Amino acid sequence: MTYEISIDGKSHKLELNKIDGRWECSLDGEKMNVDAVIARPNVLSLIVDGQAFEVKREMTATDLHLWVKSARFAVDVRDPRSLRSRRAAGAGVEGPQQLKAPMPGKIVRILAPAGTAVTAGQGVLVIEAMKMQNELKSPKDGAVKQIVVAEGASVTAGDVLAIVE
Amino acid sequence: MFKKILIANRGEIAVRVIRACREMGIRSVAVYSDVDRASLHVRKADEAYHIGPATASESYLNIGKILGVAKASGAEAIHPGYGFLSENAVFAQACADAGVKFVGPPPTAMQMMGSKTRARQHMEKANVPFVPGSLRGLEFDETREVAEKIGYPVMLKAAAGGGGKGMRLVRDPRDLKSAFEAARSEAQRSFSDSEVYVEKFIENPRHIEMQVLADEHGNCVYLGERECSVQRRHQKVLEESPSPIATPEMRLQMGEIAVQAAKACGYTNAGTVEFIADQQRNFYFLEMNTRLQVEHPVTELVTGHDLVHLQFRIAAGEKLPFQQDDIQLRGHAIECRIYAEDPDNNYFPSPGKITLLLAPSGPGIRRDSGMYEGWTVPIDYDPLLAKLIGYGATRDEAISRLQRALYEYFVGGIKTNISLFRRILNNGDFKAGKLDTGFLDRLLANPEQAVVEDERREGKSKIAAIAAGLFAVLEPTAAQATNSNGAKPSAEAQSKWKQAGRAESMRSL
Repeated sequence: MTYEISIDGKSHKLELNKIDGRWECSLDGEKMNVDAVIARPNVLSLIVDGQAFEVKREMTATDLHLWVKSARFAVDVRDPRSLRSRRAAGAGVEGPQQLKAPMPGKIVRILAPAGTAVTAGQGVLVIEAMKMQNELKSPKDGAVKQIVVAEGASVTAGDVLAIVE
Repeated sequence: MFKKILIANRGEIAVRVIRACREMGIRSVAVYSDVDRASLHVRKADEAYHIGPATASESYLNIGKILGVAKASGAEAIHPGYGFLSENAVFAQACADAGVKFVGPPPTAMQMMGSKTRARQHMEKANVPFVPGSLRGLEFDETREVAEKIGYPVMLKAAAGGGGKGMRLVRDPRDLKSAFEAARSEAQRSFSDSEVYVEKFIENPRHIEMQVLADEHGNCVYLGERECSVQRRHQKVLEESPSPIATPEMRLQMGEIAVQAAKACGYTNAGTVEFIADQQRNFYFLEMNTRLQVEHPVTELVTGHDLVHLQFRIAAGEKLPFQQDDIQLRGHAIECRIYAEDPDNNYFPSPGKITLLLAPSGPGIRRDSGMYEGWTVPIDYDPLLAKLIGYGATRDEAISRLQRALYEYFVGGIKTNISLFRRILNNGDFKAGKLDTGFLDRLLANPEQAVVEDERREGKSKIAAIAAGLFAVLEPTAAQATNSNGAKPSAEAQSKWKQAGRAESMRSL
């Protein structure tokens, strides 16, 4: 199996072959022999050259992270055979961008209604959770194309709140 | 002893009190709002009653509803926990009127300590020390005399003030005149009142508090101090007992003053007297907290006494089972408050679903938690999730045990402040016990300082890359299952169920 893996935005090529219950890994050409066991859902126990690692997988509505010891890595896994992931890989800050709720909460204010010109980092909406308010900012220069939620609405993590184009 | 007790709270403190009930053979009654149906305290209690919507004023702060549940369930007493109704004298009185025992002090003591000015009057009568200074506004000559007497540096404060307006710090007597005039005119402009008083300025203050217990027969003891100087936005983050700077003499003096303060207001049950202390171990009264504190476990670990058990026994009319001389502090305990907060986003609250929870255990570790894997942290309440407490024979041992436990602790799906404690416990000043209320702000101003080995990234990204591929093979997520075969997972899963179903029906034929 071959994967394209991005760790904190840096791409790696990983080949995996299972031989006699162990994994022969080639990471960017570097060969390693790995013993791997899923200890419980989202917890992977690895032994690499006698060094033991417990790797935790954390999935939220928007991201995938892996934790090695207490270090956290943003991860993206692509199978080059898949059309869908190749298409997804092309997405940058070009074109319409969705502004998603990073946490469950309540929309208390809309700062930039549809049609407002915004710059990257400018506040678009204010979300409140646990008695604290947080501004959600535009990911790019452009204009607010659509506000999907109303003031006062309750949202869950990952909900699309606005579209900036 | 009571046969049934209602817990008018939620989260980790409700779980902690419910545990004490079970240990003492008392039936526990939980109450919950709409968003807390699946909360841990409801799962642990013997009985549970819905009391209304998420908004606290319509549920956990609603005196009528809570007393209604007490009556319907036959609870003989109510433990208020901390926060919510715990320091509400009206609630304590309503309990008394309804014939339900409030596990806490009498409403008169709560009223007396609830107002700063009233508390000060009573405490001064009981010879409790306050920050030295003038109590009222003074003319310049008097101000200079008082400043000379209490010693520089001094702080000039507007009598009508607040929010730092009309305040001037004076380190050099030569600057007093100009500072006095500036403070006066600023006070006049801000509050239309030019009255200015002078107070000793406490350099690098520490926050130290004393635990007291009083029964209803006139006995009152102190159970040692807690150092609570590690704070952020006046919110305690980490507490320990004993205080790194306390000497036996300071403890004795502070303990006796705390007992005097409790006696002066007719206090009963568990309470805490808070002091501001300087680095030379002088200390001054701040306020009294008329409830069980969040940080009570550190006192339990070093004294060996269960404060909630004792609260129940005192409320049931029993005498304190020990005297002051019987109380010995042994070892050292430190508590970390685990909050649902995002360290990368200015510690903004981070509610949501807990997708993975790996909890530490082992020697010297106590964990008082209100969370579990699969639970969704509601957006409506305080973000305190759990308390991790480390105990050791020495402060160093308590620190190393906590560091080890923090290495084991993992909460996935939401952000927590666990990484903050790794940094605090690894900090040189913290290890040396050099604390004051500005410690945490200074630490946070240098985010790169004190990054611990376990958080360093070097050499770990390769492991992360290999793990990412192996996760994709061994335990693919729904999205990855789609990617590897091009089909929608739901359609595939459905067809497999269909196939299995058909195979089953074929076999039965």
